[in-house]
Amino acid sequence: MTTPGPAARDAGLQPERTRLAWRRTTLACSVTAVLALRTALRGSGSPVEVLGAAVIVLIWLAFLGVAHRRVRQLAAARPPGLPARSALAAVACAVALSVFAVAVII
Amino acid sequence: MIDFVKDVRLWFAPQRVRDEGETPDYRFSLANERTFLAWIRTALALVGGGFAVDQFLPDLRWGVRVGMSLALLAVGAACALRAVNHWVKCERAMRRGEDLPLSRFPVVLSLGVGLVAVAMVLVVLMGWTSRP
Repeated sequence: MTTPGPAARDAGLQPERTRLAWRRTTLACSVTAVLALRTALRGSGSPVEVLGAAVIVLIWLAFLGVAHRRVRQLAAARPPGLPARSALAAVACAVALSVFAVAVII
Repeated sequence: MIDFVKDVRLWFAPQRVRDEGETPDYRFSLANERTFLAWIRTALALVGGGFAVDQFLPDLRWGVRVGMSLALLAVGAACALRAVNHWVKCERAMRRGEDLPLSRFPVVLSLGVGLVAVAMVLVVLMGWTSRP
């Protein structure tokens, strides 16, 4: 077991910082999803409400999946760039939560 | 408007971005990614704020509450869409060796958030709530 040389790991810890940024974003997404769940389940628990809650859980799981994949990619010393698909999926989750909110609140 | 449509098409054609210029230092790409994520967090916080206004301010009048909530949600969605747009543009500029794109969005967002904050202060101070 040797310590990695200077070439093996970026001294600025960029991959680590990016990984932590993904973790923070996952946390933010979880908080928003909990708020969304609370809003969805405010009534008597009718089938429509349960369906809404299921949609939120699916959005949250989708975000977790995207973040998890990217965190694993970032474990490399020189990780590849962020795939456009992951970026779009993350954005789609945020927009979907917003659209869901508009549908519930109105 | 035409430009915007072109930008949207670029989101879904990562290959076209990749074909241009040369790959920048991976650290620059990672920095761009973190900026993108910071914008996504901002968007999620705004959307969460929209939910929170709806849920935790039941004393507000219906119109004020729903208006406030919708404003936050709309800004949140705009923020998320703008995040991916700016990310793609920055990536392309870095590949081409150009200056990074300028944007008025941060100013607009700050002014918007400031306005909502002032509106909230007014609502509370003037007692424009349904129950005194």
